[in-house]
Amino acid sequence: MTTPGKTASTPPAPVTEVSTHCPYCALQCGTRLHGDREVGVRARPADFPVNRGRLCQKGWTAPDVLTAPDRLVRPLVRGPDGRLEETSWDTALDLVAERLRALRARHGPDAVAVFGGGCLTNEKAYLLGKFARLALGTSQIDYNGRFCMSSAAAAGNAAFGVDRGLPFPVGDLRDARTVLLAGANVAETMPPLVHHLDRAELIVVDPRRTATARRATLHLQPVPGTDLALALGLLHIAVVDGLLDRDYVQRRTLGFEAAARRAMAWWPERVESVTGVPASAQREAVRMLGRAGSAYVLTGRGVEQHSQGTDTAAGFINLALALGLPGSGRGGYGCLTGQGNGQGGREHGQKADQLPGYRPLTDAAARAHVAGVWGVAPDDLPGPGRSAYELLDALGGDHGPRALLVFGSNPAVSAPHAAHVVERLASLDLLVVADFVPSETARMADVVLPVTQWAEEEGTLTNLEGRLLRRRALLPPPPQVRSDLLVLRDLAVRLGEPPSRYPSVPREVFEELRAASRGGKADYSGISYERLDTGECLHWPCPDTEERHPGTPRLFLERFAHPDGRARFTDVDQRGPAEKVSPAYPLHGTTGRVLAHYQSGAQTRRVAELSAAAPEPFIEVHPDTAARSGLADHGLARVTSARGSMTARVRLDPTMRPDTLFVPFHFPGDGRANLFTHPALDPRSGMPEFKVSAVRLDAVPEATP
Amino acid sequence: MSGILVVGDGPAAHRLAERLRGHGHTGPLTVLGAEPAHHRPLLTDVVAGRLPAEAVRLPPLPDTRVSTGTVVTGIDRARHEVRARQGGTETVHSYDTLVLATGARPVVPDIVGATGGDGHLAAGVTTLRTASDCARITGETVVVLGGGPLGVETASALAARGTDTTLICAHPHPLHERLGETCAALLTETLEQAGVTMLGGRTVVRRTPDRVLLDDGTNLRADTLVLCTGAAPDVRLARAAGLRVRTGIVVDDRLRTSDPHIHALGDCAELNGRAPGGVDTAWAQADALAAILTGHATVHRPTPTVFRLRTRFADVSCVGDPADFDRPGARTVTLTDQANRRHARLALRDEHLVAAVLFGVPEAIAALGIAHRYGRPVPSDLLGLLLGPPARPAPVGSETDEDALVCLCNNVRRPALVKAWQSGARTVTALAGATRATTGCGGCGPLVARLCDDWEHEARPAPERAR
Repeated sequence: MTTPGKTASTPPAPVTEVSTHCPYCALQCGTRLHGDREVGVRARPADFPVNRGRLCQKGWTAPDVLTAPDRLVRPLVRGPDGRLEETSWDTALDLVAERLRALRARHGPDAVAVFGGGCLTNEKAYLLGKFARLALGTSQIDYNGRFCMSSAAAAGNAAFGVDRGLPFPVGDLRDARTVLLAGANVAETMPPLVHHLDRAELIVVDPRRTATARRATLHLQPVPGTDLALALGLLHIAVVDGLLDRDYVQRRTLGFEAAARRAMAWWPERVESVTGVPASAQREAVRMLGRAGSAYVLTGRGVEQHSQGTDTAAGFINLALALGLPGSGRGGYGCLTGQGNGQGGREHGQKADQLPGYRPLTDAAARAHVAGVWGVAPDDLPGPGRSAYELLDALGGDHGPRALLVFGSNPAVSAPHAAHVVERLASLDLLVVADFVPSETARMADVVLPVTQWAEEEGTLTNLEGRLLRRRALLPPPPQVRSDLLVLRDLAVRLGEPPSRYPSVPREVFEELRAASRGGKADYSGISYERLDTGECLHWPCPDTEERHPGTPRLFLERFAHPDGRARFTDVDQRGPAEKVSPAYPLHGTTGRVLAHYQSGAQTRRVAELSAAAPEPFIEVHPDTAARSGLADHGLARVTSARGSMTARVRLDPTMRPDTLFVPFHFPGDGRANLFTHPALDPRSGMPEFKVSAVRLDAVPEATP
Repeated sequence: MSGILVVGDGPAAHRLAERLRGHGHTGPLTVLGAEPAHHRPLLTDVVAGRLPAEAVRLPPLPDTRVSTGTVVTGIDRARHEVRARQGGTETVHSYDTLVLATGARPVVPDIVGATGGDGHLAAGVTTLRTASDCARITGETVVVLGGGPLGVETASALAARGTDTTLICAHPHPLHERLGETCAALLTETLEQAGVTMLGGRTVVRRTPDRVLLDDGTNLRADTLVLCTGAAPDVRLARAAGLRVRTGIVVDDRLRTSDPHIHALGDCAELNGRAPGGVDTAWAQADALAAILTGHATVHRPTPTVFRLRTRFADVSCVGDPADFDRPGARTVTLTDQANRRHARLALRDEHLVAAVLFGVPEAIAALGIAHRYGRPVPSDLLGLLLGPPARPAPVGSETDEDALVCLCNNVRRPALVKAWQSGARTVTALAGATRATTGCGGCGPLVARLCDDWEHEARPAPERAR
């Protein structure tokens, strides 16, 4: 077993083949890696339950990121001439520590902020949270998962008392007769998941006729920003058409009356007038779900990324509860987590309001427990800080942080209102970015720290079904590349922390994480590297019991996680997007993903095959809408909102709603979709409104060739 | 903060109170009404037996004094007071701003035997305006009188619950004027198929217990006679108070009556010479008035409305008035598919909808409804929209396209498979090994197998054919 990081300078024992997982999405397909830096590394799909021998193009080509030509291999420090220059680790870390100390001394601990990522292993996410709260003493830590799963997390916690993306293994979907996918384009975002759905009849809710929608028995194509009205309408129909599971509602839930009363205002014809989804199609959808015998309701980013995202997720949960699905053993509700470790990354303390084990930072007992594990007094732990966008927005301002440490994220591309975020990043006294490629954010940094990537490191991730997975190293990292764990340890020591408080070997960090999570909602205390390495299938919660706990593949079969064991309906109503269309901005601009790219594209744009498949951004639009702006297919165009504009070529698609345009968000520079997105936040989750902005489309004059 | 007093128990009053609080009105807020507010469009779901009457009650209003069982008897404009009777007690309520949301009253036609000596409806006769009316519809045989939307919706609901139902209307078909002959006839056909006995071109002249007599001499059993014969704005209070009244209480674009301290909205109000009624109008006016009264808006600008029938037996919608079809400069598109009971008649000007009658085309009803409400142009492929999308779009990798994308998950196009075949990959597994096709979601597996099979059985190898 290799231990990268601490012993990076010592070559590990040669390994020629390992079982690990794809570096990208939350499905975490099992892969076999073989080869080395000499002959090259190849990935093959493994017969793992989520992918069963399948991989998408991103997974097959993932090893190419290991040899990215511009891989970061030495620490970089911005010199007096404004250019990033190579330097030694000691110089870089001394500089960072010295400046952090000075800023803290002058402006207090909250002058230093941390921005993490849903791609970080559990160990990194855990140690990053501990580092922020102890070594920096700051409350200002959040992560890019706030932009992904936070709305469903908030809704899931409220409804079920716990947030685990899928409270069942994905294989259970094979037994479903009907699956409703709301705002989830799985055929592009997690293709191998789709084979679990090939027996079910699909209902797809998406403003676009996506690759997933094309496979659906029924495609509901709502106006962007009206998904909650649709969810309310579906609940209405379930009530009126007698498809409720009344016995389940009575035995296992609370709050049905208020939620149903709210839904009564949303009769099908009214929902049609708001969403554009025909009343008859709404009825058909509920009939398919209600009479299926086995049905699932799954939601994705399309539901969550709204200023009413939490309520929208709650609207779909209400529907699932009314039909008696969650915890029934014959169906359920699930959130399709996006990022590779989007699940584990939100459980172990890099979220502004949380401590490890999914413990609330405001809970005295939770603070006492974690403080005990960390060997500090509970009062030494700072309180909750700003959520991701609020944090980015505050950078460099009068009361905002002066320094930011970024681990595993590229907010210059992925955050909403991107031009403003870039301006905030530029206003910092100190920006430090740890990454393995020069992302757009790294290029702005004062100090860049080269860290290990997927096939060079050990660790654990928690996939979308709450299952703990082992990431294993095939290769030693390049000589001057260090693990994030070691970077955090060495920085902490420079900031005056005892080295013993920051283990840099993943297995040792995990042992501490186990203790910190003990008794929490996401209890990992019964899980060990040994158990995982013997191939045990362990889903949390897995407490450390006298008799080995088998883990919990299926939650809620007996009871929900609220103290009384009941699930909660939520009384929600449609509010609509923060910004309405107007004569100046007459179209709904929505954003999303394409198959070939992952997140901000920092990795996948460096893979030749993927870059060839999707080389540049595009604006997907109905031919009529393009024509009205004087645009033909492939014409160069600008999408403008009240925030700013991006430029790309149009791609005509007659299946688009004429009132909507779509732009993928994976691309940098002028092609950033997030130049037009709206930073309106969901009041409960802090999720920005990526999925709907009021925009206009203009042709950009081109020189004739 | 000044006190707002709302008179009314319908959706307009409820929505106004809710939105006033939403807009931050912190002063006193009182709603005086006879019954608890309920969703009037859902009464037919109660009639159909799909919902109990209490289920259609509107949610409680937070921070609002709601006084039900209260009948307002008069307005003293000089004193800014409203007099009311609650039970046997007279009460007086003062206001800074008064809002009349008194709604409309059902029109009761002159039918012998329909009303009792006291002028109230006789037992076995009812209108359908309040939740309590639903329980008045009893028996196995019901006659519905009225060819408007409520008549059609009520008859549909009764048929759906298995009641022997007859719909009687003055025109040959229900909604005749609005839909036109062809479309209204389709509606008659559809309702008949749903089990409603349709008697057009007739009316009820006499009612005796359990029976009705029509003007053509027909005598029908009727355990209940439901009068869906329209409603008129309830202007009694306004008129008695000396406010300006025509069909409805006349209001300006601030929804103000002739007394600047009194506003009116919903079914009782007449704006720009029209009192269209209906919950969509009531809600839009309530949203606007709440914004106006809290200083968030200055005027109410009505948005285009769409009529949508609420019956699950037929998808029907209308835009504009029948007269709009005859306006100069309008381009008309008509499509009738008698066999499949589909009909569309559209009047367009500059790509925008002026008027429309749509029947049995649910996708078009949804799409054109949204386009009209937001003032958007209609799609250029109007016929495509009316005829509906193709049952299923062709799957990726259709036979005809030589460069078709076969495997989305791994971005494999047909030429790559051809090339692999040429190089000796002659099975699905071998093609997958060479190109990764089929290894993502697996959805293209059958297609690749078929291509494999086709090529195997061709005399000449695929690429030569391709050239």
